[in-house]
Parts: sequence; C-alpha cells; structure tokens
Amino acid sequence: MSSDAMAIRGAAAVYRPWVETLHEWLTTVDHKRLGILYILYALLFLFIGGIEAMIMRIQLLRAHNDFISPQVFNRMFTMHGTTMIFFVAMPILFGFANYLVPLMIGAPDMAFPRLNAFSFWLTAFGGFLLYFSFVGGSGLYGAGNAPDVGWWAYAPLTSRAFSPGHSSDYWTISLLVSGFGSVATAINLFATIVCMRCPGMKLSRMPLFAWLTMVMSGMVLLAITPLSAAQIMLLIDRYLGGHFFDTQAGGSATIWMHFFWIFGHPEVYILIIPCFAFISEIVPVFSRKPIFGYPVMVGATICIGFVSVSVWAHHMFTIGMNSYANSFFVLTTMAVGVPTGIKIFNWIGTMWGGKLQFRTPMLFSIGFLFQFLIAGLTGFMLGTAPLDWQLGGSYFVVAHFHYVIVGGILFALFGAFYYWFPKITGRMLSEGLGKLHFWLFLIGFHLTFDFMHIPGFLGMPRRIYTYEPGRGWEIWNLISTVGAFVQAIAILVFVFNLVISYFWGKEAGNDPWDGWTLEWSTSSPPPSYNFLKIPSVASRRPLWDLKHPEDPDCNYE
Amino acid sequence: MNSLQAVTPTYMALPYRGTVGMACLIAAESAIFTIFVVAYLFYVGKSVTGPTPREVLETPIFYTICLLSSSLTIHLATRLLRRGSQIGFLAFWFTTIVLGGLFIFGTAQEWHRLIYRDGLTISTNLFGTTYYSLVGLHGFHVCAGLLMLIIVLLLSLAGRVGRSELSRIDVLSMYWHFVDVIWIVVFTVVYVIGR
Repeated sequence: MSSDAMAIRGAAAVYRPWVETLHEWLTTVDHKRLGILYILYALLFLFIGGIEAMIMRIQLLRAHNDFISPQVFNRMFTMHGTTMIFFVAMPILFGFANYLVPLMIGAPDMAFPRLNAFSFWLTAFGGFLLYFSFVGGSGLYGAGNAPDVGWWAYAPLTSRAFSPGHSSDYWTISLLVSGFGSVATAINLFATIVCMRCPGMKLSRMPLFAWLTMVMSGMVLLAITPLSAAQIMLLIDRYLGGHFFDTQAGGSATIWMHFFWIFGHPEVYILIIPCFAFISEIVPVFSRKPIFGYPVMVGATICIGFVSVSVWAHHMFTIGMNSYANSFFVLTTMAVGVPTGIKIFNWIGTMWGGKLQFRTPMLFSIGFLFQFLIAGLTGFMLGTAPLDWQLGGSYFVVAHFHYVIVGGILFALFGAFYYWFPKITGRMLSEGLGKLHFWLFLIGFHLTFDFMHIPGFLGMPRRIYTYEPGRGWEIWNLISTVGAFVQAIAILVFVFNLVISYFWGKEAGNDPWDGWTLEWSTSSPPPSYNFLKIPSVASRRPLWDLKHPEDPDCNYE
Repeated sequence: MNSLQAVTPTYMALPYRGTVGMACLIAAESAIFTIFVVAYLFYVGKSVTGPTPREVLETPIFYTICLLSSSLTIHLATRLLRRGSQIGFLAFWFTTIVLGGLFIFGTAQEWHRLIYRDGLTISTNLFGTTYYSLVGLHGFHVCAGLLMLIIVLLLSLAGRVGRSELSRIDVLSMYWHFVDVIWIVVFTVVYVIGR
C-alpha cells in the first residue's frame, strides 16, 4: 500500500506544463478535485464577503460615521448575506461532502461524476454573475449597481418601480443558476450514498457523516427548489409583466415572504446538518470513544429534517399573522429544539469518560458545541411570538443568526479543515498556528457577537447605515467592530497556516489521528479512484476492526 | 490494508443509480410544482380585472386523454423491450411521442385562442400570470420529455437501443410518468377547482 502511494505521489511530482495542469483542473470530473475546487472557490468568496462585513462594521463604528453612503451600505449587507449563504457556506459544505462521502463509503467516485462537474461550474458561474452586477447592474438607467434589496429581497422592493436597472435580476438569476447546481449536487450525493456503498456498508454501518449528508441532500431537494420557483415568478414579474408579487394588481407581497422562508428556514438546517456531521466524526476520534447513541443520532437528524420544513413562518411573526398560525409556528419551533438537544447530549455523552485530546479540530468542535447551544437558546427567545414582536428586525436577530452561522457553522468548518487537511494534502496543518487561530477567532467572535445582542435589546434596528448618538448604542458597536478586526486577523492566521502547511507542513501519513472511518485507510492524498481495491466492512468502525483484530466492533453491533 | 478485503462481504443489492437520481429529481421537481400550484390556488378569484377562468377556459378533455394514455404506451414499450421485441418497442415508443406531441399541439391551440380571441396574456391579470406560468411550466417539462423520447427513437432506429439499455429507458419512462401525474394535478387545479 505504502509503496503504491509513494508511486502515485512520485508521478505527481514529474514536471508538466502548467497549461496541462490547468486544463486538467478545469475539465476534471474527479470528486476529490471538484471538492477542492468547491472549497477554494468558497474561500475566495469568504474573503470577499468578509471584506463587505468589515466595511459595514467600520461604518457602524461610531454614531454619524460617513465612511460609506447609505446606498453602498444597502449593497454591502445584501451582497454580504447572499455571498455568505449561497457562495460560501453552501459550496464549502458541498465541497467537503463531495470530497469525503465517496471516501467514507468506500466508493471510487460519485454516482454521476460529470453531473458533479456540471453542478460545480453552475455554482461557480452563479457567484461570478452575482459579482458581475457591480459592473453590469446599472443597465441603461444608471440606477445603482449591485443588488440592494437585502438577502431576502422582500416584495415590493424587487418590483420594477423600486429596483430599476438590472441589479435585482443579477441577484435572481445567480441564485437560480446556483440553486440548480445545488439541486444537482444533492441528487448526486443522495444517489452516491444509496447506490455506491462498498460491500458490507449497510445503512446501519455508514459513518454518521454519510447519514447526515444524505438527510441534508434530501432537504436541499425539497427546500432549494421553492426558492427557484419563487425566483422564476420574480423573473416573470420583472420581465414579462406578471403580477405574482404586484400588490397593485391583486398580487401579494406576503406570499413572497412565505415562499422565501419555506426555503430560508430549512436552509439553516441544510447548512448546520453537515456541521453536525463534522462534529459527529471529530468528537469520537478525539474522545477515543465510538459515537454515543448512533441510531438516536440518525433518528434525530431525520426528525430535524422533517420538523424544520414546518417552522418557516417564525421569521414572519412581525407581519401580523393570525393567532393560530402564530401558535403553530411557535410550537413547531420549540419542537425542532428537541432532536437538536438530543444531538448535543449525545456529543457530550461521547466525550463523557473519554480520553480527550485537545487538538485543534477538537477545540473548534467544543467551541461549536458551546456556541451552538447559546445560539439555540436565543433562537428559542426569537421563536416565541411575543418576544419576537419586541426583538424582530433588531440587532438581536443579527446577533442570533451570526451566532449560529459563525459560532456554529464556521467553527465546525474550521474543525473540519484541521481534521481533514492532512487527508486532502498529505500534510498536517500547524498545531501552534491552529491554536493561535482558534483563540484569536474565539475572542474576536465573542467580542463581536455577544455584545451585538445588547444594542438589539436597546432597540437598534438592523440594516441601518448609521445612528444617533446618545442612545447607548455606541460602546456596543465599537466593541463589535473591534471584535470583527480580531476575527479578521484570526482568518489571516488561518490562511497563512493553510499556505505554509501546504508547502512545508509535517508529512501526515495515511492516518494521522488514529481514525476509524474508511478515508483514513487510503493514502493521503488518496489516489485516483480512492482505493486500490474496493474495501469491505463489517462494522461502523472498519479501521478499529483492522487495528484491533482481538476485539473488533463487529462482535457488538 | 488487505485485511479490509478479508472480511467476508455481505451481499447487498444496491439500487440502480439512475433510478435513485431520477427519484430525487422528481422529488425536487414536485417541490417546484407545489409552489406554483399553491400560488395558483392562492390567487384564484383575486384578479382585479377580467377575463376570468370561467369566461375563457375550456376543458381540454381530448388532449388530457392523449397525455394520460401515453403513460400506458410508454409502459407497454418498455415491457416489449424487456421481452426483446424491437419492433413492438419502436411502435409503442413512436405512439408515445405522437400522443405527447398531440398534447403540446392542444396546449398551443388553447394558448393561441386565449391570446388572440380572449386577449388573455401573462400580463393581463393575476389569472393570466398564474395560468401561463403553471401550464407553461408543465408544458416545458412535456417538451423536455419529448426531446428525450425523440433522441431514444432516433437511437433505436439506428439500432443502438437494446435490452442492455433497458434500465436507462426505465429511468426515462419514470420521468414521463411523473409528467403525466403532474398533469392530473394541474388539470384538477386549473380546470376543476380554479373555475
């Protein structure tokens, strides 16, 4: 095995003209290369979206600041939100799923490799289309460039009267295009997990990562498509003179909200479930214990998948629904907390009594557990209709969902980077820089988003470009901005770590963490088609069985 | 690593990836249609100006029968292919295309009448907006299906479709059945409930 791996690495080192390498990457249908392309592409947009966030934080640094104009501020929060959700979080999670799922289930590639490449390029061009709006958005009207309607683009802001030019169209079409890409990837992942498992890999033996990715794919199929449908309607309204969201002709602005949030809330779970998947792989390995309550974890995830499609209108309490609708969506919102709570208990149960190793992936996972719990608790507060009437549309909401997305999703993602980087590149990320990254990011995160809850309580609305002095908001905004800079420095440390470790990091070997899932059985980076021979498994931890023939898991499952 | 192979493999009959992929696509498409159907139902009777569905819509019974019976013919075609009857397959496959084509012709005729006789376009009122988008979305799916059916027809005339392609033909016929089932929903919503 090792000599084969050497041969493959050696082959890669032979000098080849760069055009040939570029051609190979642009035309690749290999799930590993596409996974890397997804991740790099998302990191590029993370950088862009981060700059937009910094611009907004600088503008809000003090009262009556005039760093940017109100129009630019509107564009910044629209582009920041859209970029971070659709062109950072989605592609990066698809990238990891693409890279890892075939490896974990012992498959040579995805079920539809060419479709896989097609989806990546759809997503990629979707993102470029969105940013092309800076150039092409003003159209013939000279009416402002990038979209400025907010990431949920409520009607009638998107109607021709309020959004002249093409900026909203770039937004619509880029989401439509990348949405088709996401749906195709979801189809691919689902089919891969159902049809491509290696011998012995029964559903009950799949790594939780594969299970959770399957649930996530199912949710993408059912939740991204309503957004695509709504975007088609918006295009009909804007280009063919339709009246779907045109209140003057009997259309309804509220129905756009419903359609958007039917997508929007499951989307949160589409993003967080792969992060649950990372945590479910990382925590057991660094606790030296198998995952606690495997079947319950699977059941809870499926349960989340079902319940989360019926909670959307808790984003809409403030529009004035009737009391039955309010009660229904409060109750479902409370209900979705139950399976989520089960998962948190199971991760703690996995750590309980384990031999904990506080390596960087584990640190990020523990950060995730803590922060995701708090994010869930403020979620409960906002999910209670009366409290939402008070806090809806304020900075409390902004603080809450950034707690989920940064404190939850981004922390889990960083954990995944540190955990699987050795597999992807063959080299370890530096532990020292990793710990520096973790602590800096943790401090920056808490400075920014803990203190952001307070101006929300004090009544500061979201999406305002500046505020009056003397309302008690200044100090909290100042702290948030300082925290944002600390986070930015932490991200630079991370990027620096990625670059130097890629070239000069310690050789990882096949299995640096003493892991148990199939990806650690092949070389790092894995050869084309992943496995020299398709493996077969007899338990949930095939590598444990291999390393401990005297006491294999298959005796107990 | 060889011991990973040493474990006695458990025999598992995994489903065909095309079937699973198509099932996923159908799930996703169903969600899109659901949103359009919900919009249609939500806007029934909310148009501020005419014409109303009751004034202008005529129930396309004949063309509905055409489309629904094409589900039967495509089923027979795949069954004959499974039994190895190339001629029978071709005959029924061709019939399916003719029936699907008739349906699209019917839609075209209906739209022509609505636009030129009744003056109903997609921008006339809410009924026009929802009607053309829902029926159009379905018609688009029928056209996409017809295109694929025609490609298979040409390939099989060139002698390239045999029993080895059966599983792929089955996937295509799944899609065609889905388009027919969607028509039942659209028909009910537009011509029964919506009037």
